[in-house]
Amino acid sequence: MKCEDVSNELIAYLDRRANSAERQEVEEHLAACAACRTRAEEFRKLWTVLDEVPVLEPSAAFDAKVRERIAGEPERGWFARLVPQPRFAFSVALLAVLTVWLAGRPSERTAPFATAPTDEEQFQMIDHLGVLENFDMLTKSDVLSELPARPQTEQAPAEDETQPQGDGG
Amino acid sequence: MTRSDVQLMLDVKAGDDVSFGLLLQRYRLPLVNFLYRMVRDAATAEDLAQETFLRVYRARKQYSPSAKFTTWLFRIATNLALNSVRDNRHRQLDVSLDAPAEEDEAPVQIPAKEMRIDEHMIERDRAQFIRRAIAALPEKQRVAVLLHKYEEMDYVEIAKILDCSESALKSLLFRAYETLRVQLAPLLAQPVAHRAGEGRPS
Repeated sequence: MKCEDVSNELIAYLDRRANSAERQEVEEHLAACAACRTRAEEFRKLWTVLDEVPVLEPSAAFDAKVRERIAGEPERGWFARLVPQPRFAFSVALLAVLTVWLAGRPSERTAPFATAPTDEEQFQMIDHLGVLENFDMLTKSDVLSELPARPQTEQAPAEDETQPQGDGG
Repeated sequence: MTRSDVQLMLDVKAGDDVSFGLLLQRYRLPLVNFLYRMVRDAATAEDLAQETFLRVYRARKQYSPSAKFTTWLFRIATNLALNSVRDNRHRQLDVSLDAPAEEDEAPVQIPAKEMRIDEHMIERDRAQFIRRAIAALPEKQRVAVLLHKYEEMDYVEIAKILDCSESALKSLLFRAYETLRVQLAPLLAQPVAHRAGEGRPS
């Protein structure tokens, strides 16, 4: 056992609360370590010194004052019992707020319907089916993305209509 | 036959005020002294001890003997004492630095061996020096030492009051006693003659 290890068991050894195995370990260490032996001896002296602090007698009126304070406590009548405790009231209020908040959130199940395409959008999709089904065009779309912002070909004229005109405004 | 704390408290719960009086009688002295060593002011210690008993009485209807009565009692007292110490520290910060120091804060001179001073004065100064060394310990260490040394509580109970493991408590106690050993070294070298023979917590 090292000095650091014995330190945690030293107090229990000195106040005779260590079990027999702990006691034996500490005793073996103390027999071999002069520094810890000195420390143990000084702890014993310290406890004697700590006993020098005089005991304070409570005042003669101590019990009477406790009784007085108890008598001064407001009695919780039948009406007070109906009023909830602050912690309980806070929990109920928190639960109510959470319920209202959760009820106000859009449900995930209704989300697909909310974003369902309009008739017009569905017709546009049908118009573009030719492009969407063109496998070659889709696989080469990376090339298209590298083209300048203003396309030179006639393949996607509709896209330009929604873009602000850069020159000649 | 002496009734146990738990039995007395169960009787208090059932409405027996005489049992509450017996608990008061049994614990007012250790409680006042524990609080006095915590807050270092007799009037405040009495006030906090009374408040502790008031809280016990207030909670009598909810009492269940799941833990030792003293664990509950001293846990209430510890919380009250720590709050008081912290409040007092905040109040002291507000006081002007120019304000005269309290008499209790005057430096204590450890009497040298060769000095011939009245024995009572020496004892008083030594006690003051010890109290101050205990008060200078960190809060948790201070509570641990007071409950271990003066209340002679077992490790399980102190650990419950401090809300820590037994192993952490042992380490806490070692550090606290080690600090006190260094701080009170001048007193260890000059033990008071009539105290010889004492020297362990229990």
